[in-house]
Amino acid sequence: MKTELAVIGGGPAGLCAAIEAAQRGVEVTLVDENQRAGGQLFKQIHRFFGSEEHLAGVRGLTIGEMLLEDARKYGVKVALNTVAWGLFSDRQIGVTAPDGVDTLEPQKVVVATGAIENSLSFPGWTLPNVMGAGAAQTMVNVHRVLPGQRVLIVGSGNVGLIVAYQLLQAGAEVTAVVEALPGISGYQVHASKIVRMGVPILCRHTILRALGTECVQKAEIARVDERFNPVPGSERLLDVDLICIAVGLRPLAELCHMAGVRFEYYPALGGHVPLHDSTMQTTLPGVYVAGDVSGIEEASSAMEEGRLAGIAVSVALGKVDPQAGAKDLAEAGRRLRALRLGPYGDDRHEAKEKIVQSCGQGAR
Amino acid sequence: MMENPLLEQSSGVLSYEELRRHPSYPSEERYRKGPIAVIECVEAIPCNPCQTVCHRTVITVGEPITNLPRLIDQEELCNGCGQCVVICPGLAIFIIDKTFSETEAAVTMPYEFLPLPAKGDRIRGVNRAGREVCGGYVHKVRNVKGYDRTVVVTVAVPKEFADEVRFFRRAG
Amino acid sequence: MRVLHHPILGDAPAARAVTIHVDGRPVQALEGEMIASALTAAGIKRFRTTSRGRDPRGIFCAIGRCTDCVMEVNGRPNVRTCVTPVEAGMTVNTQVGLGVWK
Repeated sequence: MKTELAVIGGGPAGLCAAIEAAQRGVEVTLVDENQRAGGQLFKQIHRFFGSEEHLAGVRGLTIGEMLLEDARKYGVKVALNTVAWGLFSDRQIGVTAPDGVDTLEPQKVVVATGAIENSLSFPGWTLPNVMGAGAAQTMVNVHRVLPGQRVLIVGSGNVGLIVAYQLLQAGAEVTAVVEALPGISGYQVHASKIVRMGVPILCRHTILRALGTECVQKAEIARVDERFNPVPGSERLLDVDLICIAVGLRPLAELCHMAGVRFEYYPALGGHVPLHDSTMQTTLPGVYVAGDVSGIEEASSAMEEGRLAGIAVSVALGKVDPQAGAKDLAEAGRRLRALRLGPYGDDRHEAKEKIVQSCGQGAR
Repeated sequence: MMENPLLEQSSGVLSYEELRRHPSYPSEERYRKGPIAVIECVEAIPCNPCQTVCHRTVITVGEPITNLPRLIDQEELCNGCGQCVVICPGLAIFIIDKTFSETEAAVTMPYEFLPLPAKGDRIRGVNRAGREVCGGYVHKVRNVKGYDRTVVVTVAVPKEFADEVRFFRRAG
Repeated sequence: MRVLHHPILGDAPAARAVTIHVDGRPVQALEGEMIASALTAAGIKRFRTTSRGRDPRGIFCAIGRCTDCVMEVNGRPNVRTCVTPVEAGMTVNTQVGLGVWK
């Protein structure tokens, strides 16, 4: 099936790419393997940061609804329950839809397949009810089911802290957040709001093991020294039935990899990321990336990267004049840059600058 | 409710001394004039909806948007309307009114839990470290559709705890 | 445990009950929900056991990426229960190892 632009993944990045392109007259087909598009937006029941143009103060799930409505309004063709299992170097995409296998033949592709949570190995880590913090968040906020009543959270980044708060909102008790580093990784404001609710954040602590036969029944934590070795005698047994692992995400970039896009390793962005230029085009001409697949950030930056890709595709397909396109790209770039300011953004900004530079020097 | 014994060792507690050093933190002189928004936001995060939402334009973040918010209300006073309390994604803004009564201060905070408290409920005031520090009662509960599910709760506590109480639990 | 009242999500929407059969026992589910949700609501946490150690496994990522939650559904093994909706009369069995195609 021929299409002008194929967008793989209907989360914030993919939806924004599709919307920008469709608005400019591109014929867009968006595929998503889920029953509903929106990616991880619908589990984000909290208000977003940023400024008015980033929809600061608006809840993630509301933004999800707004984007779905825009996609519909601009005539984006959305194929749900459709898995894109292959991306080939000629940009063809192998998909499996409910009615069978098909091949998409797009002129341009935006890969916006997001990320997966990292896991942490410790004795008992495979027990039922050891799950990602984002997984618990999905179970509670999307499926309205609480997997446990007494929770230990491992990792004090924003995901761990926000999920702690949201588990409290759902009626669970959060016994502790443990963080191996000497300081809290996430925002002070996220930490403040759970500590004042009686949730201790224990820095220089880690989980030693999860105990239970059928599922989690207890967790053993301990203090760690500067080399992250457990301090003997500091072990404590916690009576928990759910352990949420919040130790970061990594991109789901397999499709880029199989198509032959060049990758580099950036710890600040979650690991191996596909290289892209300032318009989000990878080292494979006509293939763009946007959102967490290109480096772990947040939904707000995913949206702006998606917009960059959508606008760039529109220019490349000749739908808008390059000057108008350049102006819109500069605006989206400015909004994106604002989200990478400050101590929580500097490392990401620096990494993205290096990616764009590397991409420019790479084989095309 | 039994307090979690691990709370003693918790990180993430801003001290009042640390907060008072921030340029926007109100002086005692300003507290004597009436309610004021107290913005407990101490990190450079790109974020400024408190500035956008303030009707009286007394909150400024400016550019870059990582600047800490400053509340400067020399001409037109902050009247404690609470819009900033509602919109702050970090739930980090409180309205403190040390003129509430002779002996009490009113602490207004965002609240996103069930069950909702009711006016008159007796409460225990809780500090930033999650410890109960005093008694009090619920003075007002504002649950307005336009607040998009952030309820604004005002508790009355003994005045000497106005700088400490930032949460509450039901008493008894 | 189902979250029937939530400060942000509001009250749970009305949903039709459907019955699925888990290891031969009837389990009440809500129409349209994921199999993993129905099982979690019913207090079932072990979804499968591993080939060698026969260790219990359940949900890890909950978004259809890690395959920890797979079970035999209507005779077909390796079905990702966190992204597969229930259907009335569905049979869902604890998978052992790689499962058996029926």
